[in-house]
Amino acid sequence: MTDTLTPILSQTWDKPMSWKLDTYRANGGYDGLKKALSMAPADVMKTVIDSGLRGRGGAGFPTGTKWSFIPQDNPNPKYLVVNCDESEPGTCKDVPMLMASPQLVVEGSLIACYAVGAHEAYIYVRGEVAHVIRRVRAAVKEAYAAGLLGKNIMGSGFDCDIVVHAGAGAYICGEETALLSSLEGFRGQPRLRPPFPAVAGLYASPTVVNNAESICSVPAILVNGAEWYAAMGTEKSKGSMLYSLSGHVAHPGQYEAPLGTTMRTLLDLAGGIRPGHQLKFFTPGGSSTPIFTPAELDVPLDYEAVSAAGSILGTKALQVFDETTSVVRTTLRWTQFYQHESCGKCTPCREGNWWLVQVLGRLEAGQGQPGDVDKLLSITDQMSGLSFCVLADGAVACVTSAVKHFRDEFEAGYHTPAWELFPYEKSTLWASEVARSAKRGAA
Amino acid sequence: MTDVTLHIDNVAVTVPKGTKVIRAAESVGIDIPRFCDHPLLDPVAACRQCMVDVPDAGNGRGMKPQPACALDAMDNMVIKTAVTSDVARNAQEGMLEFLLINHPLDCPMCDKGGECPLQNQAVSSGRGESRYGGIKRTYPKPTRLTDILLLDRERCVLCQRCTRFGEQISGDQLLSLVERGAASQIGTNPEGDQVSYFSGNLAQICPVGAITSADYRFQSRPFDLVSTTTTCDNCAAGCSLRVDQRHGDVRRRLAATNMDVNEEWNCDRGRFGFRSESDVLTSPLVRVDGELQPASWPQALSAAATGLKILNCQVGVIPGGRLTMENALAYARFAREVLGTASIDARARRGASAEEADFLQRQVRGVGVTYADLEAARQVVLVALEPEDECPMIFLRLRKAVRKAGLSVTTLAPVASTGSAKLKATVVPTAPGDEASALANLKMDANTIVLVGERAGGLPGILTGVEAAVQAAGARLAWVPRRAGELGALVAGCLPSGKGLAVDEMLAQAAQGKLGLVLGGVDLDDLADPVAARQALVQAPFVVSLEARPSAATELADVVLPVAPLVQQAGTFMDWTLTTRPVEPVLKPQPMTDRRVLAELARRLGADLGLPSFAAAHAAAEQLVAARGGLARVPGSHHKPAAASGAHDGALVLATWRTLLTPASRCLDGADVTARPATVVVGSKAAAQARLTAGTPIVVRGPGGAALTAPLVVDLFAAAGVVWAPDAPWAPGTPVTLEPASTTPTSDGQGGER
Repeated sequence: MTDTLTPILSQTWDKPMSWKLDTYRANGGYDGLKKALSMAPADVMKTVIDSGLRGRGGAGFPTGTKWSFIPQDNPNPKYLVVNCDESEPGTCKDVPMLMASPQLVVEGSLIACYAVGAHEAYIYVRGEVAHVIRRVRAAVKEAYAAGLLGKNIMGSGFDCDIVVHAGAGAYICGEETALLSSLEGFRGQPRLRPPFPAVAGLYASPTVVNNAESICSVPAILVNGAEWYAAMGTEKSKGSMLYSLSGHVAHPGQYEAPLGTTMRTLLDLAGGIRPGHQLKFFTPGGSSTPIFTPAELDVPLDYEAVSAAGSILGTKALQVFDETTSVVRTTLRWTQFYQHESCGKCTPCREGNWWLVQVLGRLEAGQGQPGDVDKLLSITDQMSGLSFCVLADGAVACVTSAVKHFRDEFEAGYHTPAWELFPYEKSTLWASEVARSAKRGAA
Repeated sequence: MTDVTLHIDNVAVTVPKGTKVIRAAESVGIDIPRFCDHPLLDPVAACRQCMVDVPDAGNGRGMKPQPACALDAMDNMVIKTAVTSDVARNAQEGMLEFLLINHPLDCPMCDKGGECPLQNQAVSSGRGESRYGGIKRTYPKPTRLTDILLLDRERCVLCQRCTRFGEQISGDQLLSLVERGAASQIGTNPEGDQVSYFSGNLAQICPVGAITSADYRFQSRPFDLVSTTTTCDNCAAGCSLRVDQRHGDVRRRLAATNMDVNEEWNCDRGRFGFRSESDVLTSPLVRVDGELQPASWPQALSAAATGLKILNCQVGVIPGGRLTMENALAYARFAREVLGTASIDARARRGASAEEADFLQRQVRGVGVTYADLEAARQVVLVALEPEDECPMIFLRLRKAVRKAGLSVTTLAPVASTGSAKLKATVVPTAPGDEASALANLKMDANTIVLVGERAGGLPGILTGVEAAVQAAGARLAWVPRRAGELGALVAGCLPSGKGLAVDEMLAQAAQGKLGLVLGGVDLDDLADPVAARQALVQAPFVVSLEARPSAATELADVVLPVAPLVQQAGTFMDWTLTTRPVEPVLKPQPMTDRRVLAELARRLGADLGLPSFAAAHAAAEQLVAARGGLARVPGSHHKPAAASGAHDGALVLATWRTLLTPASRCLDGADVTARPATVVVGSKAAAQARLTAGTPIVVRGPGGAALTAPLVVDLFAAAGVVWAPDAPWAPGTPVTLEPASTTPTSDGQGGER
């Protein structure tokens, strides 16, 4: 099965000192930039458009097309902002990628800046991951020292600076307009669109906001060509990407594979569900995406097929839950996350999540009142599609999909606490250790 | 601008392109509930209450439900509100339920109850019953935001109108959002501003009872109030005002909507400055054997007439600057036709020079500059005018134009004030007296409007120079007085003419015992030399004072005739745009207005004022106003150009103006407003020369031994040789000295060594 994997972003992760510039260059690093600088910016953009690369942050908007929205006749400076504010429960692709191969984001940013005519890029890294911030800053410093950043990069006459900015710990700042507000030093709250960031983004100037993984995918496309990249994946979802498996799998981790790989294949690669257990449900793209059950194991994980199956590919954060897991408990924990991370700007998200947590809390404790499940659905209905940004839509998705698939478990919350139905210790990692050692003892 | 036609609830609506759907709906009477939306604030789409269904965005495709406040009307768009769409109705009902789950049900004791958008819309657009059985958010209450503003956070729906007002309208960051998510709340910002001249608007635009004013809290129910729309009397801006009274007591004043003047705002001086109205004279007083004794009206009028008769013609008349035109007209006729004197001057303040009188005679003719003109201008130049302090509505309108229309403001000012920072103004550091030469060096054209303040009359040559520079550039000019009645009085004839004496000359004559005085609501502290003015009243052979409230003049007058306070009479003000604004009686009219008292006095002097009724006075005033408009402005320049100010001789000269919320203002008596802390501002060179440290208390000494003390601010933009202090007792241009406040520790902790 290993031939399913297509290590491109993760190609150098197992090299010694993979994060150093020397290692990166020894493995073909900065060849993409070199090639890009030898081309006209419009041709670089065209290459990325032709490759079919789509945004890896969740929405899946074609990256090259996004670049082409930057008005070149705007007199203001143009900016690139790389979104590394990875904070969603389950999502864990950017952190390992940036730890193992931080030069990727530097090289990708340079190519993107060159293509859109920007001379300044901001890498916005989630504030809590101090180790990643340090590593990316070190990579930027190394790149400056090597003449890969600053003035006249590689003798091409192209100038570009990169600033690594630490967020202050807010999930909402992964929303691109909130990110821009935060970057400008204001409260991290989403802004009204229009104007869109491409026209009036950072400091009211044309701005491209790209996910870190999207940007990191660019150098290989330049080196190997658009056709090479487009040959991978499915008809409309081309290329390869990082699938992040976590939870009750034997070998959790990053699996880089072409788009359209199914969960069944990925589970095989990951050694299956932890021994002695069965899959109960999983998220295709983080907690904001409606959950899937074993019925969706063969859905190709690309933008279209996942969408057709009623969910969203999102950040390909495949959180796996086995039969020991209480879906009520899981949903409550996710909803508590959204309540905590709601920025508070708009009513449905601020008040809806507050209310959902109270109802879910009752159900988890077995103190729900008849009608609470319908009330949950009604509250989510009053939030869905009505909030300022999509945070509330994400918060709603886990609740509605969980009720859809496991309504009985929620209704059991009218009389029985979730911890009695699903003893919580059984879903822990040490539960299997305990079981194994007990087995060994018996043998 | 092109128009677009859309359909809202099957009604065709044609509006200019760029109109928001919520405004388009309003224009055909379709009401969409809202909280964060305010027509004068930029859309934020935060409360989500105004969600509407969009079956067709104008391009044949539908959209998910959209907030009508942020959605641009497009051609062929189809909008369905809660009236015709279940989607919109469910969204709106759901949003109201969300807003109410954490809102206390304290309507019966909330000041907003009865006029509360949340209460009203909960009834009109809500489901009526809450399904929420959980625990509501609570906070300690109330939080005191300023001396006059209180915040009850649990009532707040986080619409951010208050924070946006600060950002977009006043420029003061009094309030900010703090915390996030369900814990989001409005709070004060330690890095923001602690004082705003416009804070009362926050209570008015709050769509719930979260922000209330301390002076109205628990005072009345809205449905028990009787409201009157009138004109604010606390400055010459001409703001429309809604005054609410109950049982004959004024309970509060609100900004009334007048898009030509104040839009929907007013300042804290206008809003809270009315408590003084309770402190009124009730009985005429006559001095008998050196003591003021209560007297009947016939006794007092006879005493006044007798006193004036004995003096024959040697009487001067000083009506204050806060009279209605109808009353001012009575003073003018009383002086000119009854007393036969041209010595009448309504400029009971500093700077009432002959040069200014000439300037004003020309200035009150022709067409005035309007607020709309300010908004349309490319450049506005401020001369001896600090609009935030001296005409706050000009400040707000300029800030709007700077923000929205790219207006550039230049101010010829002694220091870079917070007001000019908020206007992004170019500050031309100018010592008092140097304004004319500074203006002559400025590039101006036909798109320039020059606003010259009342202070300009105080130093010779400024007004003449300004007029010449404006004429040379083909720019427009307007004069901005501080008092509500000043321009009306000038039009009514309350300026000295011919051999008539101006205010200071009258007081000088009175001090020599050569002139009797008729005063009309004069605050002696407003005059150029309050000490000399008191002396003049003591020495004057006879003083009649017509006033509504007891004052320093009351104590020194021979006859005191209590006149109706402004809340008890009708009348007309003329604002700085030369537009008349109506004054309506808020309380039961009191018959003894200045006009009626003067008419009675004239009758006892054997004359007829010709103003037998308010209607007659009003008609006469209107005639004067109409005649004024037809007169062309003829520039004249028979005054010498300005000599250079004393600031160039190495000496320090004073720059000062009356701040808006100065405790010295009598119209703010009893109002618990938060004034800006006093500071002394000097340039870095002057500070270095005098070895003064920023932040330490500084004593400013002027003539007469008086002194004022305030912490020092060093301003890099300050004009050389100038010391600025607020509300100083000396005129601008007066030489002053600076010294550090005593360094010996004092018992109250002021000053002292570190």
